[in-house]
Amino acid sequence: MAKIINKRFIIPVLILFAIVFPFVTQNDYFIHVMTLSFIWMIGVYGLNLLAGYTGYLSLAHAGFFAVGAYSLGLLTVKAQMNFWLAFVLALIITSVLGFLIGLIALRTKEHFFAIYTLCVGYILYLIIDKWDSLTEGVRGLIGIPAPGNIGPISFETPLSQYYLVLAILLVVILIIYRIVHSLTGRTYIAIRNSEDLAQTIGISTMKNKLEVFVLSTFFAGLSGALYASFIRFIGPDIGNIVITFDLLTYLLIGGIGTLSGPIVGTVLVVWISQQLQFLQDYRMLIFGPILTLLVIFYPRGIAGSIAGWNVKRAEKKIAKAQQDERFSQSPISAENQVKEG
Amino acid sequence: MEILVQQLFNGLTIGSVYALVALGLTLVYGILHIPNFAHGALYMMGGYITLMMMVQYGLHYWLAILVSVIVVGLIGVLMERLVFYPLRHAPPIHDKIAAIGILLFLEAFAQFIWGADYQTMPTPYGQVVQLFGLTFTMQRLLIIIAAIAVMVLLYLFLKKTFTGASIIAMSQDRDGANLVGINTNRVAMLTFLISGGLAAIASSLAAPINLVFPGMGQLVILKAFVIIILGGMGSIPGAIIGGYILGFSESLGATYISNDYKDIIAFILLVVILSVKPTGLFAKGGH
Repeated sequence: MAKIINKRFIIPVLILFAIVFPFVTQNDYFIHVMTLSFIWMIGVYGLNLLAGYTGYLSLAHAGFFAVGAYSLGLLTVKAQMNFWLAFVLALIITSVLGFLIGLIALRTKEHFFAIYTLCVGYILYLIIDKWDSLTEGVRGLIGIPAPGNIGPISFETPLSQYYLVLAILLVVILIIYRIVHSLTGRTYIAIRNSEDLAQTIGISTMKNKLEVFVLSTFFAGLSGALYASFIRFIGPDIGNIVITFDLLTYLLIGGIGTLSGPIVGTVLVVWISQQLQFLQDYRMLIFGPILTLLVIFYPRGIAGSIAGWNVKRAEKKIAKAQQDERFSQSPISAENQVKEG
Repeated sequence: MEILVQQLFNGLTIGSVYALVALGLTLVYGILHIPNFAHGALYMMGGYITLMMMVQYGLHYWLAILVSVIVVGLIGVLMERLVFYPLRHAPPIHDKIAAIGILLFLEAFAQFIWGADYQTMPTPYGQVVQLFGLTFTMQRLLIIIAAIAVMVLLYLFLKKTFTGASIIAMSQDRDGANLVGINTNRVAMLTFLISGGLAAIASSLAAPINLVFPGMGQLVILKAFVIIILGGMGSIPGAIIGGYILGFSESLGATYISNDYKDIIAFILLVVILSVKPTGLFAKGGH
């Protein structure tokens, strides 16, 4: 019963809320912040697919984010390309790069993978920072156009951009939902739980890992391209490691390896950060320890912990009902296993 | 020819610093099998504390370094107790994220206390020396001598003393060390103490020729990771040799390839190594 309320009820309410949000606030600044957090969410979902579901902590995601942003920026500003063509090309460029890097990076495991991707991320950042003639270096890239018109709809106003980003985000969530609940998603989780075991039961781990890596970079690139067209100015800083850590913070606070985690974490942290504007430079004084404490005490973040409590409650109920039979079995259905990972 | 010799000397200088940082990192990895991403923050804290001791309290350079070594060593111990010890049974991804959390905190903390400005550290050894037709500052010579002295001391400590031997025993087999009566908790704390101290020495020595700022540890720690992968995770001679290899290739690369891209050399080196051998060179069965 509770589950039906949860699923059938909450999702449409959330979507509805997102749709009416601009009319409720009427505040351009709030709409701006919300759009930005939607954009981050897409990147966080990409990271979640790789780190949360497959168990490979990639620290190169800011690099891919920046590649997406810069591809779009350079193609529109310097090559004067049509926006949507550049947009698609930016995604292709990021994915192809992700494919090439993934081919090599995924040969490594655990610590080596984290360190390898950390270095890849840094190389991407340094290239963007130093390649003055192409990327304008530290001066940054100015004058990136807003998303081009689709038929009669233009995306010049903040409101229309909000809905564009929201629509893309919803599609992304739908895709992730479908992936996670499919056999492919289970394969990823199997790899996370034990790569050797997954291989033993006939899963081609390399193929699957590469798939998820490319998907993950694709979402990072999508997030970056949207960011570029929304903020309309990009500097090499968006490729900095700090951005990877930001994404990781959103993911961890929300709940790594959960479907709703990226939404919860991103919205929460972005809004808290906005409230603590005066702390901007020092926000890590708060988020650093939170990140560490979360990993120690609530490694599954907010969404994961809530799901855990629900499972426990259901467990108790069932245990009560079955007390006479003295029969206790795990009440976690396959579906839930996927959800909380 | 003269440029080459000069650059080799520079390589020796930065190589010494890298080797010290990598040593701390490799010791911790050997004991706990975690890549301590927060090690760069310890390096940064070491620089700031030495600077503060010298500028605010007027301590002598060496005394300031001593204070810094103790303080940063204790920060390391605290880190082990509060964060890595509770996480000892957690999946490996958690240690890494927790370490990143500490890194972010310490960087923000340094910025909060000391500001984001780039600061120079005064040194009593700024004079220029002419030796064998080479020109260099005393400080650079000092870095090399001090680093080598520290390495020799560390080597003697690990090989000749009982406590040092217990660190090595634990890095070989934690359960085995526990069985023969080694207090593994104490050894873990001791290792963090040494690791933090090494980071503080490295940054205090290097700071006068570089600058002190909150992000000063980022690049160094990334390079230290490259080094310990180069030299084998957990291997002590590997960290030293790797440090010097990287130091030389960087200073030569800066002269003969491009100064702008000198920082990239380390990472390209790493990418190449891991592409060919995914568990690193000389790995004794990656963990």
